[in-house]
Amino acid sequence: MTFMEFLNMGGYAAYVWSSVGLTVAVLIINVITARRAVSQELARLRGRYTNEANTGASQ
Amino acid sequence: MWTWFHKLSSPPHFYRLSASLIPWFGWLAAALIISSLYGGLVLAPADYQQGDGFRIIYVHVPSAMLSLFIYMFMATAAAIGMIWRMKLAHAVAVACAPIGASITFLALATGSIWGKPMWGTWWAWDARLTSELILLFLYLGYMGLRSAIDDTNRADRASAILALVGVVNVPIVHYSVTWWNSLHQGSTLMKKGGPALPPDMALPLFGMIIGFMCFFGAVALTRVKREVLVREQNSKWVKDMVTSK
Amino acid sequence: MQTPGLLDSALALLARDLKLGYRRLGELANPLVFFLVVATLFPLATSPEKELLMEIGPGIVWVAALLSSVLALDTLYRSDMDDGTLEQMALSPQPLAWLLLIKTIAHWLVSGLPLVILAPLVAKAFFLPAEAMWGMVASLALGTPTLSLIGSIGAALTAGLRRGGALVAMLVLPLSMPILIFGARATDLAMDGMDITGPLNLLAAIMFLALSLGPIAAAAAIRVSLD
Repeated sequence: MTFMEFLNMGGYAAYVWSSVGLTVAVLIINVITARRAVSQELARLRGRYTNEANTGASQ
Repeated sequence: MWTWFHKLSSPPHFYRLSASLIPWFGWLAAALIISSLYGGLVLAPADYQQGDGFRIIYVHVPSAMLSLFIYMFMATAAAIGMIWRMKLAHAVAVACAPIGASITFLALATGSIWGKPMWGTWWAWDARLTSELILLFLYLGYMGLRSAIDDTNRADRASAILALVGVVNVPIVHYSVTWWNSLHQGSTLMKKGGPALPPDMALPLFGMIIGFMCFFGAVALTRVKREVLVREQNSKWVKDMVTSK
Repeated sequence: MQTPGLLDSALALLARDLKLGYRRLGELANPLVFFLVVATLFPLATSPEKELLMEIGPGIVWVAALLSSVLALDTLYRSDMDDGTLEQMALSPQPLAWLLLIKTIAHWLVSGLPLVILAPLVAKAFFLPAEAMWGMVASLALGTPTLSLIGSIGAALTAGLRRGGALVAMLVLPLSMPILIFGARATDLAMDGMDITGPLNLLAAIMFLALSLGPIAAAAAIRVSLD
């Protein structure tokens, strides 16, 4: 398969590449949002614990 | 074996285990998906009827299979949480839902894109497509119910019941092509006597399916980590771990 | 005094709920009026042409019935939840699932059965031929109880929640879709004079499934909601 044939996908380029593109996007977005959820929570907790340490330990 | 299971239900242990497993699942997923995409988009021969258009199979089928798998996984985790009252099991169920919803959307979208050139339509109200759409609504309903209930314990148990009630839809999606005259093609992979695809087409497909599973493993464990942090935020082990970093 | 058995408790609860239902007739008329109004919206929005209305009539009657039954779910547990009766039911020696089944039946008798009776009227407005009437009524008679049973699970899960009303629809409608499909299909087939035992059997099967498992799920959900 030549590179042009690869891009053209036998005339189905729009369909194949939009599907593949959408898939890659969904997979990557899942990874990013999951990782961000963890890091945001860690940051929030860090802030909260520091706050508690500063204002005296919480009950 | 039970000690292993019991250890698993301890949040700090599970957290550490997840942290070590995620990179394995993640890199394995990347390797499998990239190589299988190459195998499917470049190496596999074009289909006799559909030409190169059939290559959408390499993203559509794995996402459809994963959408069902995630739901069953989520429902099982919810059941374990209810029966053995394991908070961690509920955390796993919660983690699965957004992933499942996005993958179901992907299955519907790629299916729709594939349908346009092959069936001549973006959508058809046949049994398989409709029941997969219902699956998406079930995921969204699960997430909606969780966000509507403030108390974590009540939210866990209510959404567990919802997840279990929705399980009836899963066999409907799977067997819809057998039970009804459907526009969607019948079973190709899980037939008696093996898949109906030649090996050079089937191999990348299996690679993609396993790659998607590994992807799910990595992302789900990441989200479970986050759930654990939220649920255990008042415990000593979390405080120690966060402040020591 | 002996603890009331299943039959006695069922009859007592049924009588109570029906009595209460008829006392708050205004509240229960709402879903029925809603049914009529929703059905009316379609010819206004699409076209009053006889051909078109006859084509989409079965579907409209069914969608209106489905939406109306979801709307009616609000009254299923609300008052009993508010005044603590539901909690008493959960503590009583009779199985909660049994009591909830009876409540759902009473609820259907007051909000679902009138729909089934009113439906031919609406169908006439959609120029549905007489041959289709029987099929439509039979499908609704089998389908609306199932909708109530599935709805009772959704209502139980959201009982006592502030924004429960909108959420119930989102939970119940996806699970109700198969009933809608088979019910509308039965009416369509009846209109063409074809045999409708297929869809009717499926509807009956789904109804029995909902009848046996629905109250159990609802009871589990009520216990969660009561905590």
